[in-house]
Amino acid sequence: MSPFETEVQLAGSGPESYFSMVIRRLLKHKLAVISLGILISILIFCFVVPLFFKYEPTYSDFSYLYGSPNSRYLFGTDNLGHDTFTRLMYGGRISLIVGFSAAILPIIFGIIVGAFAGYYGGVLDNILMRITDAFLSVPSFPIYMALAKVMGQGVINIILVFSFLGWMVDARLVRGMFLSLKENEYAEAAKAIGVSNLRIMFRHLLPNAMAPILVSVTLTVGGAILSEAGLSFLGLGVPSSTPTWGNMLTNAQQDIFIAPRLVIWPGIMIFITVLSFNFLGDGLRDAMDPRLKL
Amino acid sequence: MATRLVEVQKLKKWFPIKGGVFSTTVASVRAVDEVSFFIDQGETLSLVGESGSGKTTTGRTMLKLLQPTSGKIIYKGKDISKLTPNQMRPLRRNMQIMFQDPYGSLNPRMPVGDIIREPLDVHSIGTRKERQQAVATMMETVGLRPEYERRYPHEFSGGQRQRIGVARAIIINPELLVLDEPISALDVSIQSQIINLLQELQQRLNLTYLFIAHDLAVVRHMSDRVAVMYLGKIVETADNDELFDHPFHPYTQALLSAVPVPDPDVKRERIILQGDVPSPINPPSGCHFRTRCPYAMPICKEQEPAMIEVAPGHTVACHLLTRK
Ligand SMILES: Nc1ncnc2c1ncn2[C@@H]1O[C@H](COP(=O)(O)OP(=O)(O)O)[C@@H](O)[C@H]1O
Ligand SMILES: [Mg+2]
Repeated sequence: MSPFETEVQLAGSGPESYFSMVIRRLLKHKLAVISLGILISILIFCFVVPLFFKYEPTYSDFSYLYGSPNSRYLFGTDNLGHDTFTRLMYGGRISLIVGFSAAILPIIFGIIVGAFAGYYGGVLDNILMRITDAFLSVPSFPIYMALAKVMGQGVINIILVFSFLGWMVDARLVRGMFLSLKENEYAEAAKAIGVSNLRIMFRHLLPNAMAPILVSVTLTVGGAILSEAGLSFLGLGVPSSTPTWGNMLTNAQQDIFIAPRLVIWPGIMIFITVLSFNFLGDGLRDAMDPRLKL
Repeated sequence: MATRLVEVQKLKKWFPIKGGVFSTTVASVRAVDEVSFFIDQGETLSLVGESGSGKTTTGRTMLKLLQPTSGKIIYKGKDISKLTPNQMRPLRRNMQIMFQDPYGSLNPRMPVGDIIREPLDVHSIGTRKERQQAVATMMETVGLRPEYERRYPHEFSGGQRQRIGVARAIIINPELLVLDEPISALDVSIQSQIINLLQELQQRLNLTYLFIAHDLAVVRHMSDRVAVMYLGKIVETADNDELFDHPFHPYTQALLSAVPVPDPDVKRERIILQGDVPSPINPPSGCHFRTRCPYAMPICKEQEPAMIEVAPGHTVACHLLTRK
């Protein structure tokens, strides 16, 4: 007889990590799968395809302004003779980098603030949450304008501004998670073993808070791409000489009647990307909630 | 002569209830109210009482997982009640706890091997390889397949999870182990397996147990001595046999009458307690048990009964003792 005679068959069908469970469930979510496919295509379009493409984004063909699409310029050219196809790819790079950075930096800051507030509670929680409230009460638009003036326009600056003004919602989300997670008996068990507070917070509780955090990040990426477009449109974002989807929209606005496709292409890229991020976020939320039957 | 491992003196744990505009303390939950007991090296003291009587709080406060309101906790002759969490950390090696809830007490996002290994990591015991080896050995010791090390808690049954809980608690060789109703969440068929495992481990590793239970049925097989708790107070303490043969306190008698008797010739009258356990926020005056006691007398309302030794090692707090 085996030494494990008392053992019952394992409950599950086999070893399945949480990660593979999420992937399996996500793959059942049609819209999310399509969105993921679209996003991967867009990433390849922006980051891989340009490596094999002949034009630089700054290359101007002055003999072919407002050019219609042809075999040389697949999507035509703009008012300065830039190849729209090339600029969509390079513009997408900046827009996506801004989007990702503007989602990841604030979530990191939000996690730190929210984790300490929720875990320790009491006075620390009070102080941190009042600071958060104060930041939430700052009218962000005038601040964008002021900071753009002070720091100048630029990709890094816009990421910093978004991060500076974007961590509060994440901090509140994480705080709420930690408030309830810390009541779990496994947190008490860790304490009983002698695990330090920091390790309990970031090794035990954080992985259990990852689901809503990831969803929030996904949704924020889309939001940040939109905001970048909006700010660029107002001349507060990335300098207009640098192609981003937002800048392409902006530059094309006066030509909307002459060459509507110059508005339509970047518009479609922004729309599809943001929508895909939102669908993916919804799909992740459902996939990560094991109580939900898919 | 047995050596005293831990002694708790007049331990009190009141949870403040905040209220009002300025969040002042408006009342207190008197979860543990001046409780005293001791446990000798290698023995099992069972702490028995209905749910809500303060057993878990007693166990956790004794381990300083909760800061005591007052009272002393003397561990190996040293009062640890005032130590800070940082001062407690090295001592945690010596005193561990196993939890009641096989589901809530294991981190769902950690493979069980990591869960069991964590005490070694935290106290920097052994090399990486030695720790890994220790985990495998420990899993075998508690009856789990070492191959399951990378699996997550939700893949295990309740009984297996309690084995994981035991493994985590004993891998650093503690002296004292608080077992907080380790089997009450399990199927009856699994319960005896876990009890056997715990007894075997106690023998082998010379462990000292505080065994918490809400009824007396399991206790008899497990314990050397028993303390009966009601609404934050210990009402009776005695050696195992003494308590089962000569229960004195009406509450102990009631608990005992609920235990099924194996011998059909022995008839025991079932005492059904009236009413619910009163709130520990506003416990009855005098003797806490008087509102449900079939023998309640006028004095029970006025005066709290003192602990009196009725036989060697057998103490009872009841006014029936002093009635004349
Ligand atoms: N953290 C807490 N805050 C307030 N009240 C608590 C807390 N923990 C336990 N209590 C209360 O203390 C009493 C004793 O609880 P507990 O020690 O869990 O009893 P038992 O383990 O015997 O069931 C209960 O009334 C419970 O509601
Ligand atoms: Mg309990």
